[in-house]
Amino acid sequence: MNAIANMIDPHFILPFHTASETDHPRMGGKCASLSRMIALGAPVPGGFAVATDAYAAHLCADGLERAICAELDGLDTGDVADTEARADRIRQLVTERAMPAPVEAAIRAAYAVIAPGNDLPVAVRSSATAEDLPDASFAGQQDTFLWVIGADEVVTHVRACWASLFTARAISYRADQGLGQIEVLMSVAVQEMVDARSSGVAMTLDPINGDRTKIVIDASWGLGESLVSGEVTPDNFTVEKVLMQVQKRKISDKHHETVADSAARCTISRPVDGDRRNIPSLTDEEVIAVAQLARRLEKATGTPQDVEWAIDRQGRLMALQSRPETVWSQKKPVIATFHTGIEGVIGTLMAPIQNKI
Amino acid sequence: MTERTGFPSAYDLPTPAGAENWRDLYPYYLLFQDNRRAEEDGKFWFCDSQHWPNPFKPFDAVTVEFAVKCLGQYNTRHYLVPPANGVDFRIHNGYVYMSPVSVAPEDIGARVPQFMDRAGHYFANWQELLDKWLVKVKANIAEMEALTFEDLPETVPEEWVKGGFGIDNTVPLSEAYDRAIQLLYRTWNYHFEFLNLGYAAYLDFFGFMKSQFPTVSDQSIAQMVQGIDSDLFRPDDELKALAKLAVSSGVAENLSAGTVDQVLAAMNKTDAGRAWVAAWEAAKDPWFNFTSGNGFYSDDQYWIEHLDIPLGYIRDYAVRAAAGETIDRPTVEIAAERDRITAEYRELLDPKARAGFDGKLGLARTVFPYVENHNFYIEHWSMSVFWRKMRELSAIFHRAGFWENEDDMFFLDRNEVRDAIFDLGMGWGVGAPATGPSFWPAEIARRRATLTALQSTPPQPALNTPPEVITEPFTIMLWGITTDAVKKWLSGSSDGNRLEGMAASPGVVEGRARVIRSASELSQIEEGEILVTPVTAPSWAPVFGKIKATVTDIGGMMSHAAIVCREYGLPAVTGTGTASSTIQTGQMLRVDGTTGEVIILSAA
Repeated sequence: MNAIANMIDPHFILPFHTASETDHPRMGGKCASLSRMIALGAPVPGGFAVATDAYAAHLCADGLERAICAELDGLDTGDVADTEARADRIRQLVTERAMPAPVEAAIRAAYAVIAPGNDLPVAVRSSATAEDLPDASFAGQQDTFLWVIGADEVVTHVRACWASLFTARAISYRADQGLGQIEVLMSVAVQEMVDARSSGVAMTLDPINGDRTKIVIDASWGLGESLVSGEVTPDNFTVEKVLMQVQKRKISDKHHETVADSAARCTISRPVDGDRRNIPSLTDEEVIAVAQLARRLEKATGTPQDVEWAIDRQGRLMALQSRPETVWSQKKPVIATFHTGIEGVIGTLMAPIQNKI
Repeated sequence: MTERTGFPSAYDLPTPAGAENWRDLYPYYLLFQDNRRAEEDGKFWFCDSQHWPNPFKPFDAVTVEFAVKCLGQYNTRHYLVPPANGVDFRIHNGYVYMSPVSVAPEDIGARVPQFMDRAGHYFANWQELLDKWLVKVKANIAEMEALTFEDLPETVPEEWVKGGFGIDNTVPLSEAYDRAIQLLYRTWNYHFEFLNLGYAAYLDFFGFMKSQFPTVSDQSIAQMVQGIDSDLFRPDDELKALAKLAVSSGVAENLSAGTVDQVLAAMNKTDAGRAWVAAWEAAKDPWFNFTSGNGFYSDDQYWIEHLDIPLGYIRDYAVRAAAGETIDRPTVEIAAERDRITAEYRELLDPKARAGFDGKLGLARTVFPYVENHNFYIEHWSMSVFWRKMRELSAIFHRAGFWENEDDMFFLDRNEVRDAIFDLGMGWGVGAPATGPSFWPAEIARRRATLTALQSTPPQPALNTPPEVITEPFTIMLWGITTDAVKKWLSGSSDGNRLEGMAASPGVVEGRARVIRSASELSQIEEGEILVTPVTAPSWAPVFGKIKATVTDIGGMMSHAAIVCREYGLPAVTGTGTASSTIQTGQMLRVDGTTGEVIILSAA
């Protein structure tokens, strides 16, 4: 085991649980946040980041970078078909070129550490360095691959993530925003998959009105994908943040779920059996546990968070992702001047309190 | 349910059968007079069933008069609270109805600098003035305690004659009575000296929190402000100390010896027991001047005259302490939770608002001890002494044949008592029978029947048309009369198995209901039950260790009952309106003190 562990190449691979703050720029936003969550004691599925250096090495090898630049020369984002064609060709270049040997070896070795039997299902997710800026809410423009098994598949899907930097949409967005095309470096998260019984998102404020005393949780059966994609109307819970009390529950008809199918070795979307459709996908204790996890992350980062979480079939709660909330945190509240002492009292007496006390 | 837009007029309400002459029981200035109908009907009156849940005897009206006048007076004449004068009040069908008096808009501005000056002086010198207050109140109590009421002797004492005093024994008797009433009036002046300002400071913090966090619960705000060690809890703390002392010094078994006298006799047989009795005696003054009622009624029972009550509680505590149970209030936990939620809400604030939070919370916490403590010194201790003195006087009349029952004096109003003193003295002085014995028994019987008839009918929650919006701060804070509360009364809706009230103290529990209608029934409560009752009193605290939650008909967030439940960590829902008449003993309930909801889960 030690021999294999020693093959972890810190130049290309950064395990989440050992990465330090200085490593974060090479891990991209998603991986850095996973690493931070672990450092904060949040339960996170194990894994590693394929560092930006790996992608940079791939770009440098065999003139790949030059070839990409050649394809981008004369790009007109207004010509949709042409942009699409260029994007297709670039992606082909990225996926068909073999990785530099040291990079591939590093990835295989890192996977072997977490998957000694070469059969641990992992999620392979892109973690671009520009993706999680609060202002740049274009998350999801790059790809995510679930249920990847075996070192060969991992290597293939890491390359696929790199390639997703060059979807037509991504290329156009960067061009229109004046961002560099090959300057955007990507890291890839390779993370143990959670066989989720329930999953969802938690926001450490009420998305309807920005109320910071609330944690609002959406939850559904299975993996979070069906919730995020909008296929299923999730259960919704509102928790008062300071008192940690469930204040509202809205249980929905959860007719579909995305689950891991171990036989088929992939995730499948299937109907939910009648009994489970309308029962809560979280017990009250679990709702509180999710809220407490989200609150911990909010406190540690100092800003409202949007947390993806899952509860596996053993009932273990895990954080999958945590990013700064993007909408309400941007709004500047109007703060009146507050008087204290007798001035404060007289101010209150003169302004009639009209409503329910 | 039909949607009403207003409440009935007092003038249209039927008189309960058998109570036709109820107006004879109360002074003219407290009645809705016929020739003022237009004016009176133009105002909104709400019933204060929080302090006066039952129709009261003529003498007991003195607490209504003195308390409500003094409350308002501080707004109107002492501090000149800019938008609010006092609270006008009337008695109707035996209940008290109140109407806040607002200040004409054009006059509000001029009051501001005076308020800033006068109230400002109190806020700036709060502790010093409060220390003086305690001295004043204790001196007042001591003076009341020193009053003596004695039977008129067969002859004026020889020393008085030979000493050339030149006065008779009715002089000290009538002077003592007049002095008692004067001291009572001062008691109620003292009651409100700080209270209105305390509420105003609390309201300032409260309003601020709601402006920053519109959905924050009233209860959380109260928890952040509330104190930990209030004199209001001291009597219960003394009982617990005595229980623990009995257990630790090995004399606890004596507590089951029988009556109070039997217990003390058993205790006095050993050194350890005698030490316990010394501790018991020391605790009595002043902490047993504590009532299971609210202090406003002449028949409220005080521990110091009903020693079996505190002794019973001590016995229960000793049993639990001996079994290894923790009987102390969870003060450490309550303080920790208070500090935790304060820090958390503060952290959620915009940084620029934090100074405002600190300042307003600081002032609210400075004033709050008084808001809690005054209740012990006034409603409990002062009133205990006052009622005791009045009963001494009543007993004098009883011995002179004026009435059948020792406590019947309370069927006379305070001015009629002066007449009765003169009548008694006149008979004594001229040497012929006083008129009282042939007059009062029948009159009292008539009044007793009237009161019984009045008690058969509950009060209206309010009279006449409510204003669009309730704005007067003390109406809202003191009585919880809000726009929403009024709407609820108007719709009078009820949902079978679900009751709603004030979320007075957090926590969710399920358990069996025990409906209690008065303090005398407290001994029926069994371990683990949920107490359901019209209103609780702080002195019921010793039973709080047995029960899982309380549910009451009346009482707002700032009622002493709510404060005590929070301090004891006991879930509570108050102000349900109908809990004690809807729920039955034995039913399974789910009580959510965090949301204010009570659900009847099953049949009895």
